[in-house]
Amino acid sequence: MDRRVVITGMGVVSPNGVGIPDFLTAIQQGVSGLRFVPRHEELNFFCHVAGKPEFDWEQLRNYLPEVTFHGLKGSTIGYAIKAAADAWLDAGYSLGGEETHWDTGCVFGNSVADTEAMKRVISFVDSKQARKLGSRVIEQSMNSGATAYVSGLLGLGGRIITNSAACATGSQAVLLGYEYIKHGLEKRMVVGSNEYIDSYIFGAFDSMRILSRKFNQTPERSSRPMSASANGFVPGSGAAALVLEDRESALARGATIYAEILGGVTNSGGQRGGGSMTAPNPDGIVNCIRGAMEHAGVSGSDVDLVSGHLTATVADKMEVACWATALDRTRGDFPRINSLKSMIGHCLSAAGSIEIVAVVLQLWHQFIHPNINLEDPHPEIVDMIGLEAMPVERVDKEINIVAKANFGFGDVNACLIFAKHK
Amino acid sequence: MDRQEILAELKKVLTPYTANKEALNSLNEQTDLIKDLKINSANLVDIFIDAEAKYDIEIDMDSAEKIHDVGSCIDVIMEKLGQQK
Repeated sequence: MDRRVVITGMGVVSPNGVGIPDFLTAIQQGVSGLRFVPRHEELNFFCHVAGKPEFDWEQLRNYLPEVTFHGLKGSTIGYAIKAAADAWLDAGYSLGGEETHWDTGCVFGNSVADTEAMKRVISFVDSKQARKLGSRVIEQSMNSGATAYVSGLLGLGGRIITNSAACATGSQAVLLGYEYIKHGLEKRMVVGSNEYIDSYIFGAFDSMRILSRKFNQTPERSSRPMSASANGFVPGSGAAALVLEDRESALARGATIYAEILGGVTNSGGQRGGGSMTAPNPDGIVNCIRGAMEHAGVSGSDVDLVSGHLTATVADKMEVACWATALDRTRGDFPRINSLKSMIGHCLSAAGSIEIVAVVLQLWHQFIHPNINLEDPHPEIVDMIGLEAMPVERVDKEINIVAKANFGFGDVNACLIFAKHK
Repeated sequence: MDRQEILAELKKVLTPYTANKEALNSLNEQTDLIKDLKINSANLVDIFIDAEAKYDIEIDMDSAEKIHDVGSCIDVIMEKLGQQK
C-alpha cells in the first residue's frame, strides 16, 4: 500500500510569532525573535540572548478544560498544546468532542521534559515536602508529557509516539508520521515537536562554549548563520505541529492541502568518519540528503530551495559543502538556501517542526524568506555556492521542491523533500 | 468554624477541579466527589493538599481514605482542626 501524504493543518509557537498569521508575516519580513535575557547576565553566562515566544498562558483556557488547565505548569507542554490544537483546528477538526479518532495517530518529540517542573520537585523533595507535590507533576515531567496532553486533547486513537533525537527531533517526528501514512498504517497523523530552554539547560549549553556571545548588546543580530562573524548559536524555545493526511482522505473531505511530502530519510553517521556525539559525519549527511531525494523521486537539479539546519557555528561551512555534494550543484547553479535560525535562533528539538512550518508556508505562498544578519557571508561558503544563493531579502518566485534537513547530537540526521501540491 | 462555613470554603477549593458547575452550585454534604462532581480520582490528592494548606492541617492517608463526599471531607477537616487545639 503506497499512498501520497499531504499537509492539511499547521500550528506554531515561535519566538518571532505565535500562530500562523503572525509567524508568516515575521518570516516574510525577516523579523527577529531574539531578545536580551537579564537573568543570563546575572548567572554569568557567556550568551545573554535567547529566543522565547511571547506566549499568553491564559489563552490555553480556550483549548483546555478548566480542570486540565488548573495545575498545568510546564511551558513546553503549553507550547505543544497551542501548536497542535491550532493545527487540528486549521485542518478542519474541532476540540472538545467525545469521540476517539481511531484513524489518527500522533508523533510528538522533545529533548528534555520540563526542567523547571523538575526543579520544583527537587526543592520539595529535598525540603521533605514531597507529599505536597500532588498528582499533576509526573504527567508533566514524563518525556511523553506533550504527546499525552496533545493526543488526549484531540482524542487520538492511533499510534501515540514520543520521539527524541536532539536537534533532529522535529524533522524526524514529521518523517515518522509521513511513513505511517505512506505505508497505509494510519490515515492521519498529528506530528510536531516542542522545546522550552530554561536557565538550567541553557547554562549547560553555555558551558560547552558553542553559543553566540559577541552580540549580547544587539540581540537581533546575534544569530548569524553562514556569516564570517557567526560565533555560535542562540537557543530558542517553541513548538510547531502539522496535520499529515492520506491525500485521498484529504481530497475526499475537501481539506485545504498546503503541500505534499514526497519522501525522506533519517539516518546516522555512526559517530565515525569525523562524526562524534556532537558533530555529524559528513558522509552521513550526504547519504541522508541523497536518500531523501531518491525516495522522493527527485534529483538535485529539481530542488528550488534548501532549508538548512545552519545553526551559525563553524559547522555551517561543512553543512553547505554536504548540500553541494549531495545535490551535485555548486556556485552559479546552487539553489537558494536559507536558515530560519537567523530570526529565531536554534529551537533544538522544536527547530525541525517550526522550520518545516516555514517551508510549507513558503511553498503555499510562493516565496523564499530572507537570511537576516547575513552582512558578511563566509567567504568559503560564497566560494562554494555563490552569493546569489543566499538571499538577504524576501524573494517572490515560483518554488516547487524544497529540501529540508536537521542534524542532532548523537550524529542523527533527518531530511525531507516537500513539494507544492499538484 | 462550623460545618456551613467549611462547606462554603470547600466549594472554593473544589471549583478548579470540577467541570460540573451545576453540582458545584448545589453543593451539599451528600455531594459525592467522584460520582457527582466527576473529579478524576487521581486528582483527589490535589484537593487534600489544597485543603491542608488552607486550614494548616495534615490529612493523613487513613483520614483521606474516609473521604468520599463533602460531608466526610468536612468531618475530617473538623477532626483535624480539633486536634490542633
